[in-house]
Amino acid sequence: MLEIKNLQVRVEDRQILNGLDLSVNAGEVHAIMGPNGSGKSTLAHVLAGKPGYEVTSGDVLLDGKDLLALGPDERAAHGVFLAFQYPLEIPGVATMTFLRTAINAQRKQRGEAELSTPEFMKRVRDAAAKLEINQDMLRRGVNVGFSGGEKKRNEILQMALLEPRLAVLDETDSGLDIDALKIVADGVNRLRSPQRSMIVITHYQRLLDYIVPDVVHVLSRGRIVRTGGKELALELEARGYAAYQDEAA
Amino acid sequence: MKRREVMNAEVTPIKTAAETALADAFLRRQAALPGGREIAGLREAAFRRFERSGLPHRRVEEWKYTDLRALMREGKPLAQAPDASAKAAAKSAGAILAGLKAHRIIIVDGCFAPELSATAISGVTVTPFATAVANGEDEFLNSENSDTVLALNTALATDGAVIRVKSGTVVDRPIQLVFVHSAGKATAVFARSHVVVEPGATVTLVESHEGPDKLDYQINTALDLEVGRGAKVDHIKVTCEGDAALHLATLNARVSEAAELRDFTFTLGGAVVRNQLFVTCKGKRAQLSLAGASLLRGRQHADTTLMLDHAVGGSSSRELFKSVLDDESHGVFQGKIVVRPDAQKTDARMMSRALLLSPNAEADNKPELEIFADDVQCGHGATAGALDESLKFYLMARGIPEREAEALLIQSFVGEAIETISHEGVRADLMFAAVRWLRARSA
Repeated sequence: MLEIKNLQVRVEDRQILNGLDLSVNAGEVHAIMGPNGSGKSTLAHVLAGKPGYEVTSGDVLLDGKDLLALGPDERAAHGVFLAFQYPLEIPGVATMTFLRTAINAQRKQRGEAELSTPEFMKRVRDAAAKLEINQDMLRRGVNVGFSGGEKKRNEILQMALLEPRLAVLDETDSGLDIDALKIVADGVNRLRSPQRSMIVITHYQRLLDYIVPDVVHVLSRGRIVRTGGKELALELEARGYAAYQDEAA
Repeated sequence: MKRREVMNAEVTPIKTAAETALADAFLRRQAALPGGREIAGLREAAFRRFERSGLPHRRVEEWKYTDLRALMREGKPLAQAPDASAKAAAKSAGAILAGLKAHRIIIVDGCFAPELSATAISGVTVTPFATAVANGEDEFLNSENSDTVLALNTALATDGAVIRVKSGTVVDRPIQLVFVHSAGKATAVFARSHVVVEPGATVTLVESHEGPDKLDYQINTALDLEVGRGAKVDHIKVTCEGDAALHLATLNARVSEAAELRDFTFTLGGAVVRNQLFVTCKGKRAQLSLAGASLLRGRQHADTTLMLDHAVGGSSSRELFKSVLDDESHGVFQGKIVVRPDAQKTDARMMSRALLLSPNAEADNKPELEIFADDVQCGHGATAGALDESLKFYLMARGIPEREAEALLIQSFVGEAIETISHEGVRADLMFAAVRWLRARSA
């Protein structure tokens, strides 16, 4: 479903990704682990189309569609979702308005009719209840005054409502205590489906106790240097990343 | 003219075409302006004040960013009383506040139009300015404010509305002063209004100003607003003049003890707009909210200049002014808060923000605090910047197209100011006007 071939990316004059190859089949959850500075977040941003990254070579195909030729909004409509490591605050735009604008913008791009108000409200209420997000939070400005955990839950709420084909979770565990982590992980697990692929980016193995991956990759110096099953995460937890930093050097 | 040269030892600059035209207009119209001998004397004195200083220019600190001498190239002939067709056309004015149920008072080309106006309002008296000054009411023309543009208004004011809200009255609906410039002639209009809100009364007063595009008419409008003890006043001024118009507006407001004034200045239209607000807080425990939003495009120039005088202590004020500047537009905010020596326990916070949507737009932001009391809380902030790219990416990553994402962010930016308006209908109409402006930009 997702095919990344020989992806090379520069930021200003620094080469961050050095010929990264990755394929993720429908329904699979892949974890990408690696030391700081290995290019994990760059991969997430490039997939979502964040400006400021220069793709010098390579292809990214989602269901055969060339993602690199699309703007961030078009990629989203095509099924890409990035859960941000640091979700932003948008004062003055109520979460409800934001969700509705996003859902209808995607539907419009796909040539679908807008959701009716009762249908939209029902979907939001159901999804919010599962993530323990109350109505007051939905009325407030997007992420304004939210705790770290609330912001991450809000990301998963958006993911639930936007129903992506490919979800990329960028360090979703960062800054979460164990209770918040469980709520977020449960939310993600409920969204696993045979039609949906996920890339879970994390520095620590802890998140993978709750979101159990099908495949684990080690990213170092901008390339995938090792691939294995879920037990690879445990090995990394025990031995650290030192071996991979040396290997790439 | 000779007399001035003899009396004034300063070097007198050569008069501009506009200054000459204004002097000619005053000479020709002087005798026909409403008011008896005393008012004629006030007008004469005001005109001499104008003549001494001439049109304000960039070397006058208060006009540094709005060089009126350069911007006002010529003086237009004074407007004549509107004919039947002009009045008929004025009936449909005020569309920007279409959703508002208000007592509408219509002023066409600076003339109060009684046949178009709702003057029977319970607890309120409404009199045309011309009638009031003909009856000798002059106290509001005798202002201590020495501003040149106001002096011109005092000299040449033809008509407007004089409104008195009686003590304790809660006016059921907003009173809307609808100022219209009629199509056809590029003339100069001088309108003057006076509103007295007696102690304990409550009123929402809306002013809207509009006129045709592609006509370089000139408006000089002034409002004197007296907020009595414990009174609550919301004043919202909406400027949607035509795209070639010059609009100069002066507010003189005095706020008494325990009173509340919520003022909002909304600017969409006009080639050159200057809104000057002179607000004096003369009583304790008064609460002021002074806010505004400007949405400018093309080569529009809009200047909001606030002079807030906390003359006595124990009062609080909040100022929030936002401008959105596209194309080659120019937004100016000057805000000065003076806290007098006796005004202890004053609490004043001023914020002005400009959002630049184009590399060719310009924002000038000048906050000033002059504090002579030692036990006060005062602060100010000013920012100017472009849209936040990371916020835009966050919205786009959720599927919202670029222009729509920008519109949402701009809406949230001006929305913060518009939210300070307490009347729900006015708030909704202005928010809708802002959204329409954004849609026109996206189109």
